[in-house]
Amino acid sequence: MFDFLVSFIPRAVVQGVPLLYGSTGEIVTEKSGNLNLGIPGVMYVGGICGVIGSFLYERSLSDPSQMNAALGILIPLLSCLAGSLLMGLLYCFLTVTLRANQNVTGLAMTTFGVGVGNFFGGSLIKLTGADVPSIALSATSNLYRTRLPFAGDLGWFGQVFLSYGFLAYAAIIIAILASYMLNHTRIGLQLRAVGEDPATADAAGINITRYKFMATCAGCMIAGLGGLYYVMDYANGVWSNDAFGDRGWLAIALVIFTIWRPNVSIGASILFGGLYILYLFIPTGKDLAVKELYKMLPYVVTIVVLVFSSLRNKRENQPPESLGLPYFREER
Amino acid sequence: MEATQPAVRLRNISKSFGQVQANTDVSLDINRGEVLALLGENGSGKTTLMNMLSGIYFPDSGTIEIDGKPVVIGSPKDAFDYGIGMIHQHFKLVNVFTATENIVLGLKEAGKLDLDAAAQKVKQICDLYGFDVDPYQKVYDMSVSQKQTVEIVKLLYRGAEILILDEPTAVLTPQETDKLFAVLRNMRDDGKAVIIITHKLNEVKDISDRVVVLRKGAYVGELVTAEATTQEMTNMMVGHQVTLNIDRPDPEMKYRMERISVKNLTVKNREGITKLDDVSFSIFTGEILGIAGISGSGQKELLEAIAGLQPVENGSIEYHVDDVTTEQLIGMDPLKIAGMGVVLSFVPEDRLGMGLVGSMDITDNMMLRSFRNGPLPFTDRSEPRHLAELVVDELGVNTPGIATPVRRLSGGNVQKVLVGREIAAAPTVLLSAYAVRGLDVNSSYVIYDLLNRQKGNGVAVVYVGEDLDVLLELCDRILVLCGGKVSGIVDGRTTTKNEVGLMMTRLGGGEMA
Repeated sequence: MFDFLVSFIPRAVVQGVPLLYGSTGEIVTEKSGNLNLGIPGVMYVGGICGVIGSFLYERSLSDPSQMNAALGILIPLLSCLAGSLLMGLLYCFLTVTLRANQNVTGLAMTTFGVGVGNFFGGSLIKLTGADVPSIALSATSNLYRTRLPFAGDLGWFGQVFLSYGFLAYAAIIIAILASYMLNHTRIGLQLRAVGEDPATADAAGINITRYKFMATCAGCMIAGLGGLYYVMDYANGVWSNDAFGDRGWLAIALVIFTIWRPNVSIGASILFGGLYILYLFIPTGKDLAVKELYKMLPYVVTIVVLVFSSLRNKRENQPPESLGLPYFREER
Repeated sequence: MEATQPAVRLRNISKSFGQVQANTDVSLDINRGEVLALLGENGSGKTTLMNMLSGIYFPDSGTIEIDGKPVVIGSPKDAFDYGIGMIHQHFKLVNVFTATENIVLGLKEAGKLDLDAAAQKVKQICDLYGFDVDPYQKVYDMSVSQKQTVEIVKLLYRGAEILILDEPTAVLTPQETDKLFAVLRNMRDDGKAVIIITHKLNEVKDISDRVVVLRKGAYVGELVTAEATTQEMTNMMVGHQVTLNIDRPDPEMKYRMERISVKNLTVKNREGITKLDDVSFSIFTGEILGIAGISGSGQKELLEAIAGLQPVENGSIEYHVDDVTTEQLIGMDPLKIAGMGVVLSFVPEDRLGMGLVGSMDITDNMMLRSFRNGPLPFTDRSEPRHLAELVVDELGVNTPGIATPVRRLSGGNVQKVLVGREIAAAPTVLLSAYAVRGLDVNSSYVIYDLLNRQKGNGVAVVYVGEDLDVLLELCDRILVLCGGKVSGIVDGRTTTKNEVGLMMTRLGGGEMA
């Protein structure tokens, strides 16, 4: 059993980190009253932008394995953040400035983001001229996957707690910071007020538009990092189209599961990550159909959770009151 | 008091919204250490005037001086910087926040957010003025009066010196009102300027030091409360009777029978506040029964109770089919009540939103009444189309065609469609509320005419109106409501505006509430 946990937990964690980024980003966004269903697209764009940055940098060097470590990390990181920021700005422009319907905009952004990812992914694959439909960025990936040098000597402890790249720890730190920001700072209080009751926040002199833009863009950038982590760390720097799968949607489900609390999302993401791969650990023999059933677990859990979270009546556990609604000052 | 400079001096303030003149040339002073009552009927421009002081609207012309210095108030924040705070009828509070969180929201204090320190300060303010607030209580757990208290504390926390309360007692029970008035007196004694917007005379007498009366957007005069009589204030508020020359045919006596009798009707709203208290009256066929009262006195609840849309606490509503058969309407399905010929046309403040769907065309809106007819699953569109054509023709609805979405019609035409449809249902009882709300003079007369025609046909018409002059000339009898009670029923032909006005404010009805 212990051995099982030692091998299972690290895999659950690496599965959970992209979900944690996605859900933290979406929570920050939703607290401003923006229901950004574009998160899967944003994470996709974050991933492909990191890939593009890293690809161009690696190609500019004769020997990628000798690359400058700082640049090798910073270039994909900044490309990823820039790409996600653009997605966030686009979403805000449509929903806040033009007051477009948030659901439709979000879904369009997801479709758009996946399209952008696959387009550039496909183009890069063509450029490399490889036989397999994927791009391998192993040099960059190695940088992202750097572990503490002594982690390997610590037995199970090292394996469970220290066997991850820096982005995994960053995800947890960001989630804790976001939680603190929301609950213990003036900015957090005002951000929550914007999401709950923008008319009240407006009357209190809070700039609604600014808060919505800032929160949504910050949320998108956080979510985008999830895409970057997925490619560079989890997938060992291998990009293939559509491999990211439905993790973005799971991240959105997590937002409800955690009742809009990033700190809870740390554990919940790992739980979902575990459910996501549990089928690999359940002996099913040759019966592949049963395996497919186990793959459904995270989605079944999501549905069950949605049912239960809808049953809860406590006001604190409800979504931000004006979630999904555009704010119009004149409309009193 | 006379020696000190007034805290606020308004001079020649005017404001119009499109065609409607909300305030004309209003000048008034507001002093520290005084409770000023701003008295006026609905739509007399009290709230608009104060909204200009609190930065929500900007005056078209006129000047505002604060402590003798001319100022420009362009936003609620500007108003705040001058120490002006206004408590609206709709509270601006975040439900899931605690009292303290709401109070500090939007404040730009230096340093870390320290909710406990803020809660301490809230407690101090509460102790100073005698408020009863738990700083850590969530707003959604609070009663209406507690929410109001939080709003007041919020303003005081921010150092407001001039407090404006827009009909603060509308949502309070009498006990809560007493408590509120006690803290308002404390604030006055503390040297703050308190303005209370109201149309209730007993409150004016109770709390204010001085009263300023507005009518139809203009300043009528002011009185020192202690020296004023209720009679004087009522006269200033309702003004002189105006002759409108509305037709009033005598009721056809051959049709006359009691159609609906309401007995001891009591209705509470969702917050548990009694909106109708032991109301009894009858509606006769072939007459127009006017219902007068200050807005929110229970008119809406009364009509909805008859139409079956409002749960009833107590009492009975009997519908007399003929001299022998009587049916109890309470507990009956609204659809069935409508089927018996009791129709309700209610024109809300935004004029759409009740009875008509803005984005659907006239035919479709006619269908809202008749879509259940015809063999399922198909609807019959030809009849509604004929009806739409008929209504457009007969009532002179100004529209490009019957396929035009109702939203694009002007207000008067929308109301004609609404009233036209209800009348076409050949009702036995027509309940109409605010049918001429926002209409120009000519359209109003068309509606009066329609109502009179229904009356001639033997329909029992109930007309809830805002304009006393109209009620006095249109209705055969007038039921006056005051605070959910029947203040009296008078004959429209013999009564005077003064009498009705006094009854609306609880004088004709007897005891002071």
